[in-house]
Amino acid sequence: MTNSWTDIRNTDLVVIMGGNAAEAHPCGFKWVTEAKATRGAKLIVVDPRFTRSAAVADYYAPIRQGSDIAFLNGVINYCIANDKVQWDYVKAFTNASYIVKEGFAYQDGLFTGYDAEKRDYNRSTWDYDIGPDGYAVVDDTLQHPRCVWNLLKAHVAQYTPELVERITGTPKDKFLKVASMIAECSSKTKTMTSMYALGWTQHSKGSQNIRTMAMLQLILGNIGVRGGGMNALRGHSNIQGLTDVGLMSNMIPGYLTLPTEREPDFNAYMSTRGFKPLRPNQMSYWQNYKKFFVSFQKAMWGDAATAENNWAFDYLPKLDVPAYDILRAFELMKQGKINNYVCQGFNPMQAFPNRGKLAEALSKLKLLVVMDPLQTETARFWENHGVYNPADTAKIQTEVIQLPTTCFAEDEGSLVNSGRWIQWHWPAGSPPGEARTDAAIMSGIHLRMKELYRKEGGAFPDPILNLTWNYKDPHEPTAVELTKELNGSVLKDVLDPNDPTKKVLEAGKQVASFGVLRDDGSTAAGCWIYSGSYTEAGNMMARRDNSDPDATGAYLKWSFAWPANRRILYNRASCDIDGKPWDPTRKLIEWDGAKWTGYDVPDIAVTAKPQDVGPFIMNPEGVSRLFARGMMREGPFPVHYEPFESPVANLIAPKIRGNPVARVFKDDFAQFAEPASKEFPYAATSYRLTEHFHYWTKNNHVNAVLQPEFFVEISEELAKEKNIANAGWVRVWSKRGSVFAKAYVTKRIRPLMVDGKPVHIVGIPIHWGFVGAAKKGFPANVLTPFVGDANIETPEFKAFLVNIEPSTGPVA
Amino acid sequence: MNMELSRRQFLKTAGAGVAGTTLGAMGFGAIEEAYASTIKPFRLVNTTEVRNTCTYCSVACGILIFSKGNLAKGEKADITHIEGDSDHPTNRGTLCPKGAALLDIVKSETRLQYPMIRRAGSDKFERITWDAALDKIARAFKDDRDANFIAKNKDGVTVNRWTTTGFLAASATTNETAWCTYKTVRSLGMLVFDNQARV
Repeated sequence: MTNSWTDIRNTDLVVIMGGNAAEAHPCGFKWVTEAKATRGAKLIVVDPRFTRSAAVADYYAPIRQGSDIAFLNGVINYCIANDKVQWDYVKAFTNASYIVKEGFAYQDGLFTGYDAEKRDYNRSTWDYDIGPDGYAVVDDTLQHPRCVWNLLKAHVAQYTPELVERITGTPKDKFLKVASMIAECSSKTKTMTSMYALGWTQHSKGSQNIRTMAMLQLILGNIGVRGGGMNALRGHSNIQGLTDVGLMSNMIPGYLTLPTEREPDFNAYMSTRGFKPLRPNQMSYWQNYKKFFVSFQKAMWGDAATAENNWAFDYLPKLDVPAYDILRAFELMKQGKINNYVCQGFNPMQAFPNRGKLAEALSKLKLLVVMDPLQTETARFWENHGVYNPADTAKIQTEVIQLPTTCFAEDEGSLVNSGRWIQWHWPAGSPPGEARTDAAIMSGIHLRMKELYRKEGGAFPDPILNLTWNYKDPHEPTAVELTKELNGSVLKDVLDPNDPTKKVLEAGKQVASFGVLRDDGSTAAGCWIYSGSYTEAGNMMARRDNSDPDATGAYLKWSFAWPANRRILYNRASCDIDGKPWDPTRKLIEWDGAKWTGYDVPDIAVTAKPQDVGPFIMNPEGVSRLFARGMMREGPFPVHYEPFESPVANLIAPKIRGNPVARVFKDDFAQFAEPASKEFPYAATSYRLTEHFHYWTKNNHVNAVLQPEFFVEISEELAKEKNIANAGWVRVWSKRGSVFAKAYVTKRIRPLMVDGKPVHIVGIPIHWGFVGAAKKGFPANVLTPFVGDANIETPEFKAFLVNIEPSTGPVA
Repeated sequence: MNMELSRRQFLKTAGAGVAGTTLGAMGFGAIEEAYASTIKPFRLVNTTEVRNTCTYCSVACGILIFSKGNLAKGEKADITHIEGDSDHPTNRGTLCPKGAALLDIVKSETRLQYPMIRRAGSDKFERITWDAALDKIARAFKDDRDANFIAKNKDGVTVNRWTTTGFLAASATTNETAWCTYKTVRSLGMLVFDNQARV
């Protein structure tokens, strides 16, 4: 989230699209109710299903899953055509005025530079004109035909209300009603918030779904303000933290990135991470990259990371592919190229697409290690459960070690919520049986590896032997010891250059903020964005002062928010170019002539003059991007692409199937249904019920009882057409697998008219499997396609094709 | 008394936390209150209260966990009750149908108790000691790493990567666990490394 749950109270309009907060995030949704009750805020829900969020909405519009970009490009077009633009904001805080290079163009669904063989682009023209002074060329009058604003205007002109209706199935009048309600928020004193979740991410163009709404929010002037923002609701309790701490193939904590093999040495690595400002006076905060990187290396390898060895640069592995994400991992596993695999609190047999492929892949492992508080299908993938898991047990040679871990109630530490609040918690109970903390298990593995390499030698032992492990009990580091490393500390005194008798930084002390981190090896910090969370003043994440002066919803003294305890990102943009709040009744910060004051920690330096420094400090431009340059693989502007399995061909580019740059492995392409397939005519989507939490609550008797049985949800029209009775058995199948379910015939799902043809939707809730307290049932991933988003590889769970027929149910 | 008894029976069948709200909604508010007032003193005198965060979604509702025994004093502690933290700015004491049933996930019958191993081709899990399990994992890692570690690529560039063993991290573990995991995994040169945020 750019904002926070408690900030939603400040909004005038909530748009829930790509999520279902009332059911999936009920206690956070309360703040929507609060805004409606106290401010008269309105709620719009756009969703293929009439969800419980829709049930309390002021306006609901149906949409075909996978067509969100067409809808939102249509709204952007509407705003531009009707002059519903927050012009002062757009001119001051976006790249609308930047001139794009000659040669950049868009035609028939593709931008300049497409290579169909590689399913990739040469993105060299997707950039600004750079002037002789080294800065991007701009035209503040927005008259230049190649300025971003004019290119955007031309790009979205195609998405008329008529075309939107033909692609999305949203009736034109409903689309126009939503567009006009959203457009009202271009007023300086009206704000809209976007609440989204997996309904936007789980598509082969998920990143672009979100980007399109972010662009709309910028055009309306809704980023950086109270009650505005792009608010990812986020699924699990520490999904944000696990990402912050960089537990991904290509990441270093704090959103630094691993080197690739095209960066053979430290200088080459740093040369692509220089981030020189593209406009005068801009902070371009990534200019500090080296300070954060060197401090990270010192946290990892202490004295072994020296200026002479480039801070142990070679201790880091270098990538040969963009990332070894989970889809790639299971593809490699299926090919027999992975021998050992560890699942720590993660149940991929349920959570990843194409279960048949997953089971085949796991069967090729030599060793599978599962660390979990609960039983999982992954740990028991080799067990035969009839139709629910038809494993050939005796043939599966994989050894499986299952290790019991503590759960949240038994361990200590911090979790990051959707609004980036890092909250500390304490253990309350003794673990069951012999369960151990994850930290104890990881230590057990690390210390054994260290010992084996010390005794036997072997392949490049240095990063293992030299890994910092200075804990009181090396077999089980405490949460406090670990979190102090994340925050960072001073390793060597740093003296004041003007007065060497004074220490600027004192060895052994925790750093107070990332602002003091250095690239000379005198500081260490595991995760620079967490600096300030555990300082000499103590554990800031454990703070519990719930005061909220003037009821702004900021709660600055409750826990600690990264970065720098900032509660609303880009908050400089809540004021005009002179530093006055756009809406004085919703002041967040303000320029008082000498400094910034207010309710939040400003993003820019407290004395930075408002006319000089832009709010988007992580961008070298200092402004936000309506034109993404080469940073998105599909293109600098969003384009409507159909899901890989779509009930219709792409209306604006009939030859393009799916996302033209999404990575698809060879065998998987063969397992996709054709567009407008007769064999698989129905558009399916997956979702979660309010009583359930993914596959975990299957282990909980209460939740298992509340929603006991696997069902699929279909419209009355489809039920009639297929002669399916409510509560009767059906078989649902895709090109990858088949499930049996009870049919739930409902008014909540209705067929949509898409380009003159009805499209029926089949809703498939997730929860069921073959272990736990719940009745056995089928997981949705039996059906779903093995393809991810082109930028970050989140699987396309929300739009795929199935067929359905009445059935007598599974034969056990 | 009779009413209280029937409530207890109701709780038994439907599960504690969630039933509370249902009963309240059914118009048993006064009984609810009376019942709560009999529990409260018992709870405060006999249990330890600890602040924690709901393990499910990222709304991150504050919760209070009550246990018999005090972990902080080195005692064995048995969790008896979980409720919303009314001081928490986000949830202000409320919990959803998942959070209200947290006690049952802590106490789930399918909580894992002991390290287990399933041997090649076997149809069952067997007990194994922690030391034997961790030794086996370390041995498998070491052998695989030594056999498949790539120090330089075909162009002679130092790449120091290991791609034949992978690690999938969680979504609900703490930042501190995450850091401990990161250090262990990355120091091995492992690249097949991901977490649940991918979904």
